[in-house]
Amino acid sequence: MSDEKKLAIIATKGSLDWAYPPFILASTAAALGYETEIFFTFYGLQLLKKDLALEVTPLGNPGMPMPMGMDKWFPVLGLALPGMQGMMTSMMKKKMASKGVADLAELRELCQEAEVKLIACQMTVDLFELNTAEFIDGIEYAGAARFFEFAGESDICLYI
Amino acid sequence: MADFDQELDASGLNCPLPILRAKKTLTGMESGQVLHIIATDPGSVKDFEAFANQTGNELMESKEVGGKFEFLIKKA
Repeated sequence: MSDEKKLAIIATKGSLDWAYPPFILASTAAALGYETEIFFTFYGLQLLKKDLALEVTPLGNPGMPMPMGMDKWFPVLGLALPGMQGMMTSMMKKKMASKGVADLAELRELCQEAEVKLIACQMTVDLFELNTAEFIDGIEYAGAARFFEFAGESDICLYI
Repeated sequence: MADFDQELDASGLNCPLPILRAKKTLTGMESGQVLHIIATDPGSVKDFEAFANQTGNELMESKEVGGKFEFLIKKA
């Protein structure tokens, strides 16, 4: 057993905004010398696709800052209009790029370079009949027991 | 500012990229060598302090110059 600190993360969400915390924390932890693993389950498996077609939705999210004060005058139902999610996603991506926030695929690559272990939940892959050919290389497929093997010895364990 | 061996311009990059780039650059350097980092992310001031504390690399200097943040880190 090594004396390195360990960080275990469970990533459960598959939207653009929620894709950031697991990869930001994992890459930073790795840079600080932590041995790090992320277990991707349910919607979190979207974060392992080669083509990261993630979106952000303002629906059911009153905390999301909206451009041009839209949250003040735009009725909630209007946010459900076709095309609204795509528009919000593209605005969010532009905003992130203009603020020097890392591109998600880049952050994920940095995690892999830093030997962060990425584990896909086999059960969810089967449940949603996901095509693993669409996933990036270098990931492991396993179940809950595999997660605990590492998490049980971790110093920090996060559910995101 | 003291002498340094390598320089990293992380201007315009946001958390956690300045730290990740610094770590990567340090990996390619020898023990005792000094890395000069320039960043614009105000959060990097506390982050480089924390990075040094946790990795054992020494933060020799941290200052603000004309709206930018500059750091000198000596590799452990």
